[in-house]
Amino acid sequence: MTNPPVTSLPVIHTSDLTKVYAGTDVTAVDGLNLTVYQGEIFGLLGPNGAGKTTTAGMLTTRVLPSAGSAFVAGIDVVAQPNLTKQFIGVVSQVNTLDRQLSVWENLYFHGRLFGMGAIESREVASELLETFQLTRWAKASVYALSGGMAQRLMVARAIFHRPAVLFLDEPTAGLDPQSRLALWEIMKQLNADGQTILLTTHYMEEAEQLCHRVAIMDHGKLLALDTPTNLKHSTGIDTIVTVKATGDLNELGRALALLDGASSVRAVERGVELHVAGGERLLTRVIAAAEGVGAQVQDVSVAEPSLETVFIRLTGRELRD
Amino acid sequence: MKPSPISLSSQRSTWSAGRSALVALLLRDFTVIKKDIKLFFLRTVIQPFLLCFVFLYVFPKIGQSVGGGGGSPGAAESDFATVLVAGVVGISVMFQGLQSVALQMSQEFGFTREIEDRVQAPCPIWLVALEKVVSGALQGMLSALIVLPIAALVHANGVHAAIHIHWLVMLTLVPLAALAMGSLGLVIGTSFEPRNIGLMFGFIVLPITFLGGTYYQWNRLAPVQIGGWHWLQTIVLVNPLLYVNEGMRAAFTDVAHIHLYLIYPVLLVFFAGFLSLGLRNFRRRVLS
Repeated sequence: MTNPPVTSLPVIHTSDLTKVYAGTDVTAVDGLNLTVYQGEIFGLLGPNGAGKTTTAGMLTTRVLPSAGSAFVAGIDVVAQPNLTKQFIGVVSQVNTLDRQLSVWENLYFHGRLFGMGAIESREVASELLETFQLTRWAKASVYALSGGMAQRLMVARAIFHRPAVLFLDEPTAGLDPQSRLALWEIMKQLNADGQTILLTTHYMEEAEQLCHRVAIMDHGKLLALDTPTNLKHSTGIDTIVTVKATGDLNELGRALALLDGASSVRAVERGVELHVAGGERLLTRVIAAAEGVGAQVQDVSVAEPSLETVFIRLTGRELRD
Repeated sequence: MKPSPISLSSQRSTWSAGRSALVALLLRDFTVIKKDIKLFFLRTVIQPFLLCFVFLYVFPKIGQSVGGGGGSPGAAESDFATVLVAGVVGISVMFQGLQSVALQMSQEFGFTREIEDRVQAPCPIWLVALEKVVSGALQGMLSALIVLPIAALVHANGVHAAIHIHWLVMLTLVPLAALAMGSLGLVIGTSFEPRNIGLMFGFIVLPITFLGGTYYQWNRLAPVQIGGWHWLQTIVLVNPLLYVNEGMRAAFTDVAHIHLYLIYPVLLVFFAGFLSLGLRNFRRRVLS
């Protein structure tokens, strides 16, 4: 990322933000304390049900907090939801484009909805179509758009009124890889131009690629919050070796855990995953250890720790469980 | 791409933001209608046209009696025509309210999820719902305007609806009726799951239409009684369409109708009741 223009001005601030949905005793969000600074791309990472969408919902006025407080652009979200909405842009998980309007009209009427005049709305709508490479679809029905294009149009619509924060809820869920990359580029560019972004995701690559800071959530609680690099450092390991083998895998795990530098091992499908801090000639030693317990090694792969590793070490579960 | 400087000094008062949002939402609705103006026109006139065609053209032609008999030939049909024309305008207003508010809203909640974006508009949530009612009411008034001449013109020779417009009543009652029916649309649109919206027609629209005084005056129901109790006349009093249709009779004809002293307050109560119930439903479905 080029020159992340992160400032020290808080744009989002929550304190002890909590949500218990009526009729359930599940605490969807549990005492969340967050500060997001102007210029950041901030990620809420966690599996389904972690409370990411509920958090975004509270910050965008759609979900009423049960306790705690939240401020966006200095405005109390609970006390002044209507004012808050002037300063946020929201892209939800589902396609919410106006099906009875054309692509261009979807943008134009958004401008009018946010109090812009006809002339300004017209100009901005056309500019944004240009920027998001949708100009040739201007007159088309939104039904004609592919998933990726519809998502681009929703982002264009959400930034139309120049919000202080752009909220993206699982923006690339269900998109093909190419559209996902295109959307990542758009987010990076918007951010380079100064747009603060809060995104929720359960894709660790997305959080790693895009976010200045990531909050890892599970069961409504904040487990860790830092830059992706620091989060990965916090695991204390620098290499992950995955050994796929046949034979006694428990025995293999015990043998690998005894290696110099081994931090922990865990069972994976048809093999063992070894977390290592430091350690010379690692692969040779891994294979020797495996052969020492009579395991037939079929595949060995080496990777750096990822946010997935962080999540596993924090919760003992995989992100996509 | 657009930079996004935060300047909170650019904030607009909630009042002015709400006003421009309301205007924009109405503009959006009328843009959609303008796109499909032929469809709007057809949708509006088809039912009134068919009703008048069958009852006021075909029936007299084939000698089927609908006027309750008596009087000179043609007179009974003309009396019925007078009663029916007002009723036809009344149900048009109701159908417009249901179509433009209930169907639209149940789609936006269910299939298209558009409502989720609409409520991010910088205005109170209730304003988004109220706009639908206002928009539905405007469409209802527009359809009254389209339907009245059609209803007055489609008939066999010798059948004449005696139209006599009472301007003051028309200019006040048509908007009130349209608002009440738009609010009914809001209640229905926010109470039914989209997949159940078909049920609405069977359980709500049909009974309301057939027992709403479209084809007959309320006072003519008196003979339907059990042991001296005018049960039908009593039961239909809960039907909001009855007051709309009787009100249209007061606005467009000189035939007998429920007293205006009753029609105005009852429609106002229906309007207020439906609107507050509809707004409450809407809020519940949008916020969690």
